[in-house]
Amino acid sequence: MNSSLLGQLLINGLIIGTLYGVVAMCFVLIYKSTKVVNFAQGEFLLIGAWTCWWLLVRFELPFWAGFPLTLCFMVVFGIALQVLVLRPMIGEPIISVIMVTIGLSMFFQSLMGWMFGGFPRPYPQAFSTESIDVFGLQVQTPYVMSMVISLVIMAAFYYFFRFSKAGLAMRATAFNQQVAQSLGISVKNVFAGAWAISAVVSALAGIVIGMVNGVSSALSFFGIKVFPAVILGGLDSIVGAVVGGLIIGVLENLAEFVDGQYLHIGNLYSVAPFYALVIILMIRPYGLFGTKDIERI
Amino acid sequence: MTEPAVSAAPPLLVVNNIEVVYDEVILVLRGVSLEVPQGSIVTLLGPNGAGKSTTLKAISGLLRSEDGRVTRGSISYHGDEIANSEPEKIVRRGIFQVMEGRRIIEDMTVIENLRLGAYTRRTRNLTDDMDQVFSYFPRLKERTGMAGYLSGGEQQMLAIGRALMARPKMILLDEPSMGLSPLLVQEVFEIIRTINREQGITMLLVEQNANMALRCADYGYIMESGKIVMDGTREELLNNEDIKQFYLGGGGERRAFKNLKSYKRRKRWL
Ligand SMILES: Nc1ncnc2c1ncn2[C@@H]1O[C@H](COP(=O)(O)OP(=O)(O)OP(=O)(O)O)[C@@H](O)[C@H]1O
Ligand SMILES: [Mg+2]
Repeated sequence: MNSSLLGQLLINGLIIGTLYGVVAMCFVLIYKSTKVVNFAQGEFLLIGAWTCWWLLVRFELPFWAGFPLTLCFMVVFGIALQVLVLRPMIGEPIISVIMVTIGLSMFFQSLMGWMFGGFPRPYPQAFSTESIDVFGLQVQTPYVMSMVISLVIMAAFYYFFRFSKAGLAMRATAFNQQVAQSLGISVKNVFAGAWAISAVVSALAGIVIGMVNGVSSALSFFGIKVFPAVILGGLDSIVGAVVGGLIIGVLENLAEFVDGQYLHIGNLYSVAPFYALVIILMIRPYGLFGTKDIERI
Repeated sequence: MTEPAVSAAPPLLVVNNIEVVYDEVILVLRGVSLEVPQGSIVTLLGPNGAGKSTTLKAISGLLRSEDGRVTRGSISYHGDEIANSEPEKIVRRGIFQVMEGRRIIEDMTVIENLRLGAYTRRTRNLTDDMDQVFSYFPRLKERTGMAGYLSGGEQQMLAIGRALMARPKMILLDEPSMGLSPLLVQEVFEIIRTINREQGITMLLVEQNANMALRCADYGYIMESGKIVMDGTREELLNNEDIKQFYLGGGGERRAFKNLKSYKRRKRWL
């Protein structure tokens, strides 16, 4: 057994898993506060990564300028999407709203394909050293950065929902919209805020992945992987999203290890999460941390 | 009742002949008028389905999220028309509704619920306000877990405490006695009076428990199937033969244990 390879893959799994966790949190944030199942979550990564790439490569902006500009753009983008597309859908049947987000997903995928082509494009080199030594394992610098950023985002989410007024308002809205209104909370603003946060944090994840693998349409596939994570953790649990993300990340890499060493099937890596998904749905349809009576789709 | 008062200051809230329609077709209020003078406790009594909660929701704007609208008449507060305004604007103007069934946020702590009560205020330091709430409801201070685990009485106290955190000018209380033991009902009503006297907060109190409500209030209205059928001061109503027979005749407490209704609501904010 090749233990150093296994160790490397586990580290990769944890790193990619925290990223899954971050994107899954964004998905849960929208689901919990606005009750919309956002199938366009992966496209947030794609749009964020391409916007940043565009600013850095086409306009040759330095990273410290292009990066925050991208985040500002994503805030506006998230709010615009909620106000223009999803707000008019309030009160419509859940299936119509789902169709709309699936439509958005396809629309943005084609739009990005048309604007930037189908080939992966690399980001300009952002770090001077390519990889760092972590306990004897070589880890790419952007991966380390990704881990740090993910952990900071998770801490920020925790702080936001526990202590900030806006975070409490969002939780109140998730609990019951009429109760939130009776406290003077503007449900409309909470909805727009949830989409803005979700878009900007997802974009951040997209940029981080783009730095490692280059930007390509594969990023929206990353968004699809978030579903097993979310369903594993429970659609309405933020903590569950993080745990689910980590499990899926590690599982994927374990699958690759088993596949490469023993089975030689070839693509177990990319399908393993979905096998996990099917099994979870059979055993615990509400997820590890989810509330039992929530809506299944 | 609606002619302008010449001598005294105009009432804080004047509901003038309002009609409320749910889902564009269901007419629930058919011309309700009432007045709430500054600093008073006014009670609105009536049987199940009379439209008491609907009246409160028309004032607080919460009708909108149930697809209800004020289609006729006016609601003036401090002389300004507030009918069909957004609920968050009405809270900011100083009217806070404590909804039927308490509706505290079950997956939050007592402190978090109280902090949300102060959502519309700019003040960052809320310790004084919290201490005040705890002075009215000392037992809330010891509860550190999720609010969903509080007893019914404690939840009602939290709901009232949460309203106080907003520093409102007026509180709309919807059936605070619901599901509470007679002893607790007494306690809650005493605190309502104390708050009214100490803070000068005007109260509009909806109740099934006519006995308790009338003893606590300055003035009362009786409502039946969407209309006000009688009104008078506390003494007038307590001594009225019809009232004695229909509302004060022993059944009051038992009726207060009625089941919670839940309507299937369509969400609407626009
Ligand atoms: N959201 C709604 N949609 C349709 N009809 C409603 C809605 N809310 C209330 N109603 C109807 O309006 C009438 C008055 O209801 P309301 O809740 O105001 O009564 P209430 O006097 O508060 O009764 P209770 O003492 O039982 O709380 C009832 O017939 C009820 O069925
Ligand atoms: Mg009622």
